[in-house]
Amino acid sequence: MSIKDIVKSLEKLDSDVREGFDFDYQIIPGNEEVLQISLQGREEIPVYLTETDTQLLCISYLWDESEIKPESRTNMIEMMLDMNIPMPLSSFSRIGDKYAVFGALSLNSSAEDIAHEIVILSDNAIDAIDVMSDFLK
Amino acid sequence: MSLLKKIFTAVRGGAREAGEAIVDANAIRILEQEVKDAEAHIAKAKQDLTMVMAKEMQSSREIERLKKQVTEYEGYAMEALNKGDEGLATEIAEKISTIEPDLAMQEETKTSFSAHAARLKELVKKTERQLAEHKRQLVMVKTTDSVQKATSAISDNFTNSNSKMMSASDSLQRIKQKQKDFDDKLQAAEILDSENSDTSLEAKMKQAGIGENTSSANSVLERIKAKKGA
Repeated sequence: MSIKDIVKSLEKLDSDVREGFDFDYQIIPGNEEVLQISLQGREEIPVYLTETDTQLLCISYLWDESEIKPESRTNMIEMMLDMNIPMPLSSFSRIGDKYAVFGALSLNSSAEDIAHEIVILSDNAIDAIDVMSDFLK
Repeated sequence: MSLLKKIFTAVRGGAREAGEAIVDANAIRILEQEVKDAEAHIAKAKQDLTMVMAKEMQSSREIERLKKQVTEYEGYAMEALNKGDEGLATEIAEKISTIEPDLAMQEETKTSFSAHAARLKELVKKTERQLAEHKRQLVMVKTTDSVQKATSAISDNFTNSNSKMMSASDSLQRIKQKQKDFDDKLQAAEILDSENSDTSLEAKMKQAGIGENTSSANSVLERIKAKKGA
């Protein structure tokens, strides 16, 4: 399924599958096609969806190195490790100097599964920032 | 050094400049070639295996046939001996002795085919494991590459639209504020709603002529007519 097909199938979903959130889609061109999904009311922290050969990756970027209080960095990373398993469906990661939460889905995932993943990932991203804001400048 | 170690060393090494490839495109090509080679090896080995197993089956059938023949002729020789025809028995025995070397040869051939088949099966299994391993590494390399590219596409998109990525704390604050605004609006709407239902009740009462005195053009006219008549 191409990114465009994913958008089409997501657009067909009932609002309750999206847990009431309206999704706004933007395809970001580049070497690697990325779909930006903005949840209404949460536009500042969008979910990005990209397709690899074997999986669909949903990523939300949290903060970059420059935002972390230097003295809190170790505590923050330990907290991420501690939270990694309890946090439903998402994991912490780092891409370059950006910290992120992400979830990986099978390429055969249904639109419902993708929508569920997007909402959960957004919830997790906001919770993570909330919980770890003390570590940030 | 394994390829994965190289990737992680590159990632850790801070190769984080925009547009700088973390994963060497050449490394991906090499891995992809290795996967293709392994797949070709497996296809070839499986083809060989089919052939060897077919020959093994042929040998088995031949052995069966020869063994049956030996048993058959042994029966005939026994019969000849029973009838006291030693000459015929010797002739039959000679016949058996010409079959037996064939049988021995076939058995040897079969053993060799079996061993060959076993080796090929082992080879296929080993190559398949190797292939799975290569594929897994390739997935990891390509995923690393995709995520890097996606991240730089997103960053470029922000740069091109002249907007800046907000800090996480600011983003959270704004989202919380929006949630609060939404909740406030919802509450205001509820209040308004209940006020509206009050006024609509009043309207109904008015229509029915219940409640406070209502003055309409008609009632005013009636009043004036009444005054005039007086």
